[in-house]
Amino acid sequence: MSSTQSRRTQWTAWGFLTPVVVYLLLFYAYPIGRNLVMGFQNYTARSFVTGEAPYIGLDNYRAVTSSPLFWPTVRHTVIFVVVSLAFQFTIGLGLAQFFTRHFRLSALLRSLFLLPWLLPLIVSASTWRWMFDKDSGIVNYALSLAGIPAEGWTVDPHLSLIAVIVVNIWIGVPFNMVVLYGGLQSIPESLYEAAALDGAGPWKMFTRITLPLLKPVTAVVLLLGLVYTLKVFDIIWITTQGGPANSSQTLATWSYQLSFGPRLQFGLGAAAGNILIVVALIFGLIYIRSQRNQEQL
Amino acid sequence: MNRAWASWLRTIIGVILCGIMLFPLYWMVNVSLTPRDDLQKTPPTLFPTSITFEGYRRAISDQLPFLGTSLIIAFGTVILTIAIAAPAAYALAKLNPRGGSVITFVLLVAQMIPGIIMATGFYAIYADLGLLNTLPGLILADSTLAVPFGILVMRAFMIGIPDELLQAAKVDGASSVRTFVSIVLPLSRNAVVTVSLFAFLFAWSDFLFAVILTSSGGPQPFTLGIYQYISNYSKDWNAIMATAVIASLPATVLITLAQRYISAGITAGAVKD
Repeated sequence: MSSTQSRRTQWTAWGFLTPVVVYLLLFYAYPIGRNLVMGFQNYTARSFVTGEAPYIGLDNYRAVTSSPLFWPTVRHTVIFVVVSLAFQFTIGLGLAQFFTRHFRLSALLRSLFLLPWLLPLIVSASTWRWMFDKDSGIVNYALSLAGIPAEGWTVDPHLSLIAVIVVNIWIGVPFNMVVLYGGLQSIPESLYEAAALDGAGPWKMFTRITLPLLKPVTAVVLLLGLVYTLKVFDIIWITTQGGPANSSQTLATWSYQLSFGPRLQFGLGAAAGNILIVVALIFGLIYIRSQRNQEQL
Repeated sequence: MNRAWASWLRTIIGVILCGIMLFPLYWMVNVSLTPRDDLQKTPPTLFPTSITFEGYRRAISDQLPFLGTSLIIAFGTVILTIAIAAPAAYALAKLNPRGGSVITFVLLVAQMIPGIIMATGFYAIYADLGLLNTLPGLILADSTLAVPFGILVMRAFMIGIPDELLQAAKVDGASSVRTFVSIVLPLSRNAVVTVSLFAFLFAWSDFLFAVILTSSGGPQPFTLGIYQYISNYSKDWNAIMATAVIASLPATVLITLAQRYISAGITAGAVKD
């Protein structure tokens, strides 16, 4: 009786799950698989017309990794991710700490901070692009008040990476702030009270209580942030198009440039994208594992 | 007395910090209202002293069809997302399917796949199927931004529905579909609203899928409209920024009306799995 009943529940459960399984196969597995296969093919614009795309083994991967653009692109990607995360986390934690005390308007101000994160990236990125304009941008005007000469932030190969990192930090701070604020809320007030009785100062409380107890949330923010930052395409493409002279190219924009740039080398673009996916998945799995371990505790 | 002062001081600091953070948004509004000829002035016009709506007039006459397309895409994505995600979330939360944890794991991983890979794959598939430059094609692609997130958020919420309630419905002879429609869904209203809001924002804001899947004609969303503005008329920044202001309205309205849902969504998506 109970076994037929449990079999029936299983049927019902999988009935409810069937749409999503079909969905995942068609709209996740198939595009990703298609991309994987293209990485091993000589896939060009002609292939779409003729249907011919000969398999060429690892040639695409060899071509991508031996390209003079490969290592600079990897370097930009690492700098973009590490610098973005460092600033997003520090600023986000500072703001989260600031908002832990309730004061007049604190809830309203906290929610206003979310706006940059919720706006369409095309809106934020094009606004920044105009703010960074060499001749009429507000950034250069503000710097000129401090006696710093005008720079072409988005058009100077030495500065374009800095420009896209600034935009990305601005967009990522709210996410860090909200999640870290949640983490700070869950630290019991009594710990701070006890430490205050023992004569601990604010810095000591921060390093001895806040940071250690915030460790699980910190892992979430940094690992998820890393995976999200690796993916960033829109911000860079809209602000600088990876340029000038590939100076702000990351793996994501380079993959796009190879596939959809003037030469339409889909095989190469797919190969570059597949390298990106491997890196993203490694850190993604570390994240999922750290979450599992936490749940078991 | 002292405490009241400290609270006010914090409010003042908070307002200043918020002002710094939101300055780019102020700048967007300011530029959108500045006459075109004043845009090249040094120093830049810090306040819109001679307000003009010429930017908005241009934006509305040029961009209205794009904004309409974006609305259709966003609503289509919301409907598709809820239709697929809600039953799946119910099954994962309450029906203990064998192998359900594998699905949850796949959903977590799916969120981490870089968009450029998905988009290139979709492009190749759509080119074969003739779905490039179509609304259904873009809606399907955009839904991948929201479905895994939607299932995980709704599942986390539905786990909290008391089992006794579902048992009682079963004893009364309700089928599992009936239980889902008349008990689980109404009780999960908050989660459904949260997921709908995010699905709307994800699709409304999408640029990557749009630029890859619809850039060679057909109906296009406003993200491409702005992008073409930037590429073609780089002098008309007041019209570009006016479009940006209009495009920011949904997010701004949502954050005012549904603030608690949004904070809940961010925390649920990030911390719980």
